[in-house]
Amino acid sequence: MLHLILFLAFGAVCVAGAVNLLAQRHPINSALSLVVVMGSLAVVYLLLGAEFVAAVQVIVYAGAIMVLFVFVIMLLNAGEEERTKGSKVALLFGVPGMLVGSILIGWVLLARGGGRSVPVGALPGTPKVIGWLLFHDFLLPFEVTSILVLIAIMGAVVLASHPDTEQGKKEG
Amino acid sequence: MVPISYYLILSGILFACGVTGFLIKRNIITIFMSIELMLNGVNLSFVAFAAQWHALSGQVFVFFVMVVAAAEAAVGLAIIISVYRTRETLNVDQVDLLKL
Repeated sequence: MLHLILFLAFGAVCVAGAVNLLAQRHPINSALSLVVVMGSLAVVYLLLGAEFVAAVQVIVYAGAIMVLFVFVIMLLNAGEEERTKGSKVALLFGVPGMLVGSILIGWVLLARGGGRSVPVGALPGTPKVIGWLLFHDFLLPFEVTSILVLIAIMGAVVLASHPDTEQGKKEG
Repeated sequence: MVPISYYLILSGILFACGVTGFLIKRNIITIFMSIELMLNGVNLSFVAFAAQWHALSGQVFVFFVMVVAAAEAAVGLAIIISVYRTRETLNVDQVDLLKL
């Protein structure tokens, strides 16, 4: 019962944040509602027993990535977005299609997906277990990921460096 | 006890919100945030299936998705900065030329 109440509460916060992201016109408001979505998703991960993933969600997503977003919004001084008219065809076919699709998927999931669930407080995904998996079974993907991150950092520095400065000229 | 389907429906709602934002938003930063929302929805379904099958490798995949998302955010925001520098706008409707 507690599980259901917690899930419904934080799931509702999650959906409200996601809808607010769509409704807001200023990017900074959208970014803050995305932080709300990510924070409540971390609680949902905890309900599923994923302790490590919840911690990483808060630290990496809600912390690092969103700080980057807010930084760029502030840096570029982004104002309110202008609305453009959507096409009629999209409204005519998209909304009924989306309704049919979502009802179908929801019906299939509710009819078939009973499944086991994790009791509150049971945390199978502790950092110890995840770390063991990460450095035994997934060691090669882990090392490849580190190269990917290195390349991404260098790419970001090259892309964001100012072309007028000396350093930017040297880098092309 | 919450059945796994509830988590999957929540994940589907988040993904659908991300797709909708990607399609209707005009600010390039907000479009990028919608992509992050979609990634979060997918991560939730990964964790839900990991809990259902008692397979912790699903949670390791979530870790990898987060790493790729972080790399993507860094590169994507750098691209947004350089787009703003050359075009002086963040509206995707006005960024419609491949050359300068």
